[in-house]
Amino acid sequence: MKHLLSARELGKEQAIAILDTAIQMEQVNAREIKKLPTLRGKTVVNLFFEDSTRTRTSFEVAAKRLSADVINFTAKGSSVSKGESLKDTAQTLQAMGADGVIIRHHASGAAHTLASSGWIDASIINAGDGTHEHPTQALLDAYTIRQKLRGNEAGTDLAGLRIAIVGDIAHSRVARSNLILLQTLGAEVYLVGPATLVPGALAAHAAGSFFSLDQAILEVEFDAIMMLRVQSERMTASFFPSEREYARIWGLNGDRLAKLPANTLVMHPGPMNRGLEIDAKAADSVNSVILAQVANGVSVRMAVLYHLLSGGTEID
Amino acid sequence: MTNFTLVGVTLADGSNANIEVTDGRISGIGKKTSGETISAKGLIALPGFVDLHTHLREPGYEQSETVKTGSQSAALGGYTAVHAMANTHPVADTAGVVEQVKALGDEAGYVQVQPIGAVTVGLEGKQLAELGAMADSKAQVKVFSDDGKCVHDPLLMRRALAYVKNFGGVIAQHAQDPRLTENSQMHEGAVSAELGLAGWPAVAEESIIARDVLLAEAAGSRIHICHLSTAGSVEIIRWAKARGIQVTAEVTPHHLLLTDELARGYDPIFKVNPPLRTQNDVLALRAALIDGTIDIIATDHAPHPDESKDCEWGAAAFGMLGLETAASIAQSVLIDSGDSNWQRFVEVMSTKPAAISGIVGQGLELAVGEVANITLIDPSAKREIRGGGASKSGNQPYEGMTLPGRVVHTIYRGAFTVRDSKLVERGQQ
Amino acid sequence: MNSRTVLSGSDIDRAVTRIAHEIVESNQGTENLILLGIPTRGIWLAERIGKVLERSYPEFVATEAIGRLDITMYRDDLAINPTRAVTETQIPSAGIDDKIVVLVDDVLFSGRTIRAALDALGDYGRPRAVRVAVLVDRGHRQLPIRADFVGKNLPTSVAERIQVQLTETDSDNSVVIEG
Repeated sequence: MKHLLSARELGKEQAIAILDTAIQMEQVNAREIKKLPTLRGKTVVNLFFEDSTRTRTSFEVAAKRLSADVINFTAKGSSVSKGESLKDTAQTLQAMGADGVIIRHHASGAAHTLASSGWIDASIINAGDGTHEHPTQALLDAYTIRQKLRGNEAGTDLAGLRIAIVGDIAHSRVARSNLILLQTLGAEVYLVGPATLVPGALAAHAAGSFFSLDQAILEVEFDAIMMLRVQSERMTASFFPSEREYARIWGLNGDRLAKLPANTLVMHPGPMNRGLEIDAKAADSVNSVILAQVANGVSVRMAVLYHLLSGGTEID
Repeated sequence: MTNFTLVGVTLADGSNANIEVTDGRISGIGKKTSGETISAKGLIALPGFVDLHTHLREPGYEQSETVKTGSQSAALGGYTAVHAMANTHPVADTAGVVEQVKALGDEAGYVQVQPIGAVTVGLEGKQLAELGAMADSKAQVKVFSDDGKCVHDPLLMRRALAYVKNFGGVIAQHAQDPRLTENSQMHEGAVSAELGLAGWPAVAEESIIARDVLLAEAAGSRIHICHLSTAGSVEIIRWAKARGIQVTAEVTPHHLLLTDELARGYDPIFKVNPPLRTQNDVLALRAALIDGTIDIIATDHAPHPDESKDCEWGAAAFGMLGLETAASIAQSVLIDSGDSNWQRFVEVMSTKPAAISGIVGQGLELAVGEVANITLIDPSAKREIRGGGASKSGNQPYEGMTLPGRVVHTIYRGAFTVRDSKLVERGQQ
Repeated sequence: MNSRTVLSGSDIDRAVTRIAHEIVESNQGTENLILLGIPTRGIWLAERIGKVLERSYPEFVATEAIGRLDITMYRDDLAINPTRAVTETQIPSAGIDDKIVVLVDDVLFSGRTIRAALDALGDYGRPRAVRVAVLVDRGHRQLPIRADFVGKNLPTSVAERIQVQLTETDSDNSVVIEG
């Protein structure tokens, strides 16, 4: 495996192998010395065209714990904000000898373009491209679900689990990657959200879809419910009338939480809009695994970096 | 002036003949020969092709194309006339600009370059451009279009449709509701949902066409619809024609062949506006071209420099080349499919586009006494498409594909612009 | 390809028993003793040694003294091989600080595995001493590393392959030379 661009590229065995490696990385992260020499001498570039301190930091910690040299290349204050193209940036990184490039970009497909353009030989990891995909988020979500519901046991999948993804499906790279990966791992994924934000073409690939969260909770016993962040630009584009109405119909609050099975996991990719898609009762409940998601992010990203960057094909 | 005979050509009706050309006109069709004899056995002789929708980019975007390079590309594609779209810089919204474009075309001398005038000043959709002045200019503009942008304001469209009746003009509408397609990147459907690219819904085209055929009916005007791309649009045109509305419609070669599936690799070479649609749409467009609901093929030849395509999808420009491949795709759809014939080919590639435009001396059936605008193609040839040909740009969507047919000779006003599939330097004639 | 069996199942059992007793003898008892098997077959050998010790020394509790140490992440040949699967490391709950750690592996060859294991150990703590126990020492060392406890010294050519089979993962108990 050279690149991780889409959850679609991960077969079941491959996905499980990454999750299994992440278990060992979690062990390393529990040690006093949280460091492995595995990627010594490799250079990993965090190429972020969009602000995301959380994701960038998570990748940075992961790469550093594997002893890679990490360079942060963010759009703000660098030449990319002065009109330098993705191509020029990629060629610059190539000239500097980057072995891995973690890219977050506002254009869907930017990671694919980087991987297939011939501009750069490095392994490309998609850390979120426009409204397309965010495969490492899906891996860490799958890891968290397996950790909490399958005893963190190596080799196991998510067969039979019912998982709801709630909110702005249409514009969510988290939703797209999870829809694909969780189903690859055998789970049933349900999409829930306002009709303006749940595209039929995606719902067709899900186990089911609902325009009403209450109806969904009534009809399906969910093992996990994943609340998506409502992006501020949606609020002014008539996808729904107001934040208040959204929170009332699609927000996860204490009342709805009470109607879910007792051990349903409450998940959120962060950062949360408290009081909008999720309220404090739900976010801070015993069901919430939101902080575990963050912690697991580092282990899973270490596993991804290991699988992509440690092996070689040529012998020198 | 040159004097030659094309010996043994096949005509669109399947018959064989020699075509004599003297002093720029067809002087004989039959068994005689005169002057230089040029064997044309196995070649089909057709009236020179006429493109109603070409972006020549000059003035303003000469890094993409010039009137000369675009004309050369057109000649290689078998064209003897092209209609230059108005979205240049400055916009072709005054008599001065359209006359300049026409003059550049005459100077290049490969095809007749007929400028299209903008409907509104600066393509801004706010105020009518001086349509009458452009019509009265040396460029004799009869077709007006804001192509690239839709004339969205219904009142302005209504006025434009009525106003061009003063001089027998026609509005060519780029049907795209701007609000429904804000920031759109590709056809809205299963593929866009998967790829996370903002969708360009079919309804954004269909709703404008529906509105505009009704406006044309109310005004008693002609209207032409540019690059029709959806099955639903075909239905509306069919309905409008049955109702007696004076509407004509064009389809591009790429919408007859390519689909939105090609976006999967995020290669911006396939980014075009209107976007590539589904296979279902392709089939509907082909059927409509064959049954006459769609009148013509127009290329929407849209050259872009490498830096506009060698980037991420979202940053890339819309558009693809088309002049040198259009005849091959027309042959594939009409002839090789077994669904139609060369007479229909002549209609969609030459006579009908000329009739819609009112361009003089083009799109005329091959007949004694007419201007010798003749294209000869070898329909049995196969060619692998490589690069952008004579165009200054390389945004070639058919790269690596094998297409049927080859333009062997193009004769413009009695002189070869292309001979043995190679450009003839103008001035040597 | 030639292959010949150099250790039978009972040869292996005897070697394991002897190694177990040698370890205790050199350690002057089982106190502070930790045995870490190196995947894959070192794990089974460490467990077998542990069983011998449990039988002979009542104060020895295998679950508190036997673990496994995955060295994949510390290998120096990662870049020239396809990506390897990482397996679990289990360090006994008391940790390895101030313990006598015996690294157990099936074959000692270049010494690179033990080098990686020493690096890995360093990230888990600071043992008082580290010893190496192997079933077979086939020579051809590339690093200044030696075994403290050896089941059998087997002079081989570099081209030959040593196949250790243990019934925990394989169909047989044997050591075979191929090539």
